[in-house]
Amino acid sequence: MQTLRSICMFKLPHYIKTRIKSKTHVMRAGDWCVLTAGIVLVAVLFQQLWSHDGATRVQIRLGDTIYGTYSLNQQRDIHVEGAIGSATVSIMNGKARFSKSPCHNQYCVHQGWLSRSGQAALCLPNQLSLELIGETKNYDSLNY
Amino acid sequence: MVNLLHDKPIDARLTMQIKTTIEDHRIAKLAALAIALHMLEAVVPSPLPGVKPGIANIVTLYVLFKHGFACAAWVSILRVFASSLLLGQFLSPTFILSLAGALLSLGVLWLSMHLPKKHFGTVSLSILAAFAHIAGQLIIVRLWLIPHASVAYLVPIVAMAALFFGLINGIIAHKLLYNEISITDTSLRGSHH
Repeated sequence: MQTLRSICMFKLPHYIKTRIKSKTHVMRAGDWCVLTAGIVLVAVLFQQLWSHDGATRVQIRLGDTIYGTYSLNQQRDIHVEGAIGSATVSIMNGKARFSKSPCHNQYCVHQGWLSRSGQAALCLPNQLSLELIGETKNYDSLNY
Repeated sequence: MVNLLHDKPIDARLTMQIKTTIEDHRIAKLAALAIALHMLEAVVPSPLPGVKPGIANIVTLYVLFKHGFACAAWVSILRVFASSLLLGQFLSPTFILSLAGALLSLGVLWLSMHLPKKHFGTVSLSILAAFAHIAGQLIIVRLWLIPHASVAYLVPIVAMAALFFGLINGIIAHKLLYNEISITDTSLRGSHH
């Protein structure tokens, strides 16, 4: 290949020489296209999969039924009678949390305030769960 | 060679030897290089688990352009098997991930090598192969290792790494190919420009 090229270099006029040389550029037209497409793809992936939309509603589930869906745009404590006792769900400033739970380990309470769409808090002993819902429902990992 | 088979024709006596062609030697040499790079990469700690530069793929690209697809496929697959054996990961999830990535990126390389060479160089192929590599791995992770939707959170990070390292590897492969620095020669020749 090298010899072939050097022969060409000798015999061809200058403008063709530069064309042969330009063919070995690192980034050719198609490479730029692929790179741009790649950047767009990565940007779209970030936007689609990492979008943490603010949530607008909280859905409380008791066992396998939906107990109720409440707007986050209010200040309110909801008392829910779960499987082992009464729990309190607090809604304030567009956030929601378990503020009181009769369960032993209190994981659900320690999970703290939830504010983003798709976030969830579960209380398995009491069979209660909170899930925040945005304008458009995110990928549902709870129902998977 | 001890001549035990006097009565047989000369060809039959030689069947004990594995005949190796220049092609075989070339594949072995380049695969060894790829394995060495793979080892090097396995030692270097990565900031994020699973995000690696994949410098061994430079060899695959180089071989693809220089010696064709069959040779590149051999080098890539040999590299996956041999390095997993050396690292003690043979048939482990790591090996399966590595193999899935290698196979899918070979598939994409086979498709994309038919793109017009005038416009699509090593960088295009490298980026496409890198995306195929992570796609193969993520499919395995999602279906087998972590069958949970939360894998989706990893995708953008891994894709960004693939794009970045695909670009870098493509540029390096191009430099190796067109500056005529032979990666199999021990004596590095400088560029002729």
